[in-house]
Amino acid sequence: MSPLLSVESVTKRFPGVTALNQVSLTLAESEVLALIGENGAGKSTLMKILAGVQLPDEGQISVAGVPVQLDSVQTAQRNRIALIHQELNLSGNLTVGANIFLGREPIKRGLIDKRKIREDSGALLGRVGLNLSPDTIVDTLPIGQQQLVEIARALSVDARILIMDEPTSSLSQHETERLLEVVKELRSRGVSVIYISHRLGEVAELADRVAVFRDGANAGELSRDEITHDRMVQLMVGRDISQFYARKPHQPGAVALQVTELETPANLGHRLSFSVRAGEIVGISGLVGAGRTELLHVLFGVDSAVSGHVAVNGQKLRLRSPRDAIQAGIALVPEDRKQQGIILEMAVRTNIGLPGLRKHQKTGGLLNTNQEGSDSAAMIARMRIKTPNERQVVQFLSGGNQQKVVLGKWLSMNPKVLLLDEPTRGIDIGAKQEIYALMEELAEQGVAILFVSSEMEEVLGMSDRTLVMHEGRITGELTRDELTEKAIMQLATGNVGAHP
Amino acid sequence: MKKNLGILGILMVVFMATAYGSESFFTPYNLFNLVERSSLYGIIGIGVAFVIITSGIDLSIGSLIGLVAVIFPFVVVDHQMSLGMGLLAVFGLSLAVGVTQGLLITKLKLQPFVVTLCGLMIYRGLARWIVSDKTMGYGDESFVRLKVLVGNASQLPGCASLPGAKHIPVVFLILVVLGIAAAVFLNKTIYGRYLLALGRNEQAARFSGINTTKMIILAYVICSLISGLGGLLFALDYGSIQPDSFGNFYELYAIAAAVLGGCSLRGGEGSIFGIVLGAALMRLLMNSISMLGIDDQLEPTVIGFVILIGVIVDQLVKRIAAHRRAVLQARQASS
Repeated sequence: MSPLLSVESVTKRFPGVTALNQVSLTLAESEVLALIGENGAGKSTLMKILAGVQLPDEGQISVAGVPVQLDSVQTAQRNRIALIHQELNLSGNLTVGANIFLGREPIKRGLIDKRKIREDSGALLGRVGLNLSPDTIVDTLPIGQQQLVEIARALSVDARILIMDEPTSSLSQHETERLLEVVKELRSRGVSVIYISHRLGEVAELADRVAVFRDGANAGELSRDEITHDRMVQLMVGRDISQFYARKPHQPGAVALQVTELETPANLGHRLSFSVRAGEIVGISGLVGAGRTELLHVLFGVDSAVSGHVAVNGQKLRLRSPRDAIQAGIALVPEDRKQQGIILEMAVRTNIGLPGLRKHQKTGGLLNTNQEGSDSAAMIARMRIKTPNERQVVQFLSGGNQQKVVLGKWLSMNPKVLLLDEPTRGIDIGAKQEIYALMEELAEQGVAILFVSSEMEEVLGMSDRTLVMHEGRITGELTRDELTEKAIMQLATGNVGAHP
Repeated sequence: MKKNLGILGILMVVFMATAYGSESFFTPYNLFNLVERSSLYGIIGIGVAFVIITSGIDLSIGSLIGLVAVIFPFVVVDHQMSLGMGLLAVFGLSLAVGVTQGLLITKLKLQPFVVTLCGLMIYRGLARWIVSDKTMGYGDESFVRLKVLVGNASQLPGCASLPGAKHIPVVFLILVVLGIAAAVFLNKTIYGRYLLALGRNEQAARFSGINTTKMIILAYVICSLISGLGGLLFALDYGSIQPDSFGNFYELYAIAAAVLGGCSLRGGEGSIFGIVLGAALMRLLMNSISMLGIDDQLEPTVIGFVILIGVIVDQLVKRIAAHRRAVLQARQASS
């Protein structure tokens, strides 16, 4: 019997680059095939070809043994292939039901048949395990549930091949688990899934087979019993990585950041107290919505505290704006890189120079552009940012390099306290490793680092000490020795008593 | 500079075509007037550029110009106060308008369009009410000393004997000084950089430690002060002011000049030189229409089409540039 989907020797060239080189791949019925590889390895190009967004230059695609020409999204849909994009494609102002049937609204007497939408979407929501009214406005749902709505929409066109592009990159641990359950459920009902992810943990849990992409080619496949973290990483980077997290034991110095009885808008009624010492890396774990980002925003002066206070090196701070925090030696690499971290349309050097423009000031506010240029060039070299030159506009860099620009802009300020919010979200494994190495280097130099992460592995790998938050409270603090995935999950779900 | 080549080209073509088609176009008198009026529009265009760069807008410019033009003779002639008091009233008022609009936009987070639309109506009504719709004149002898601002350069102290000075409008010199100051401010100072940055992405600018509130208020203040100056110069030049119509639509001409000159209404972009060219193109078109004997009634239609063509061409050029860059990018990535 022929496989449900087969890709044979597909090649796709863009001007000056071969994005896919003679790629072959198969997908069986009721199979979850995980597609992994560094950014730029060709995963997204293949996905776009399968979804009918782009045509291959060479090669053949067959669905259930029949050669197909996927020349439009509609053709792909007719072949029952649906793509769920990393950045969700929902209209947030409309209801769940309206989104599921967007563009295919059932009509009755010339008007939208709302009753049918309500009934049909109710059934679809049931299939993805979402227990909510189809009349809910999408914006009011957490990201995890929006993702499930997107899956319900794919099911509504009766897709049997579901392509998911990093579906969990912005989900909490809990939401991720739920999504994985839904995917397993779909598989048991005969849906096949191509699952693209950077998160090797969930790949190992979910996939029946893993295909590893490297430099536009299928670099190798692993069958169910061959899937291990090390094997996947090895195939991805093409070499053996014995030590992924470049950890050395730290000798923390004096307390750099002291948070006392802090009440933030997100944790009214709870007071947070903790400290981070110079040269120490402290992780904050917890589910999305636990108030972690909000805490960092208060520490950085974006939002104001309700009560309590923050001190750096023993000096109590008045934090009314990010400016106050920066002057006190605090820096924040925000979660929302594109909205808060960088100015996409501006040059690398402009972005790096932005917080420190005052340093580059001559009399009368005139800008010393020479110094700005040389400083940014030095930072580009130090951070190994891959860019043709320092005048390149940031939006044309890869996610990993954009994140390095954000880090570079803060390092030029020599911060005493570095706050990182999901520092490696959506960036490839090579850049991740460089960011981990940089965190190590900074800690060694005596910077106090406080980082929020939803990636369990990252917290386990990087932190000297971990604070776990649940619904605005710190439910526990784990030392390196106490740190296990289980201990974190117990505390993150508010199960405080279970921890000794 | 490269970005402004397109509009410079259109300007030249219209200029040549009109010079070819009309005998009275290429006369010293007409050219003097053309440069003078272009300069006046250029001045208010520079003002509005500051708010457009912050991704804001100021619709109240025309009404503020009307109000200022009325207030000045109202203080100096009707109330027999000194010229200094008149100037104080003009710029004090402009400052107050800028600060108020800036505060409403930043502190109350109202939309710039709405705030300045209200301003447009409020200032116009005030201008009419203060003088009961009476036509205001600038013929009084107390204005003689200021009239030099709308004359030619040979009337400036010490410039009487300079060759060619009498062909150069003083407002052109004002435009040059203001333009250079604005360009230096935007491109060479940290504050200009702050404005460009927050115009692109206010949140990221704030997260970088920029006091965005203060900078946005500053932009509205600069815009209103320049509008006040523009209003004064327009009034001196026209000499007779109808409170109900003087300055009508000037904000739209200023915005059009800024857009033609490369400002994006999404903020973060703009070149002062381009804006000046944009203003010149608009005045030139008005002039050409009357010189070439095209029906007067069609004037706004022609200008509207030229602006539309200008932005279409600009968009196409940008697309081609983006495509080229993508190709280049791909090449670099592969090597």
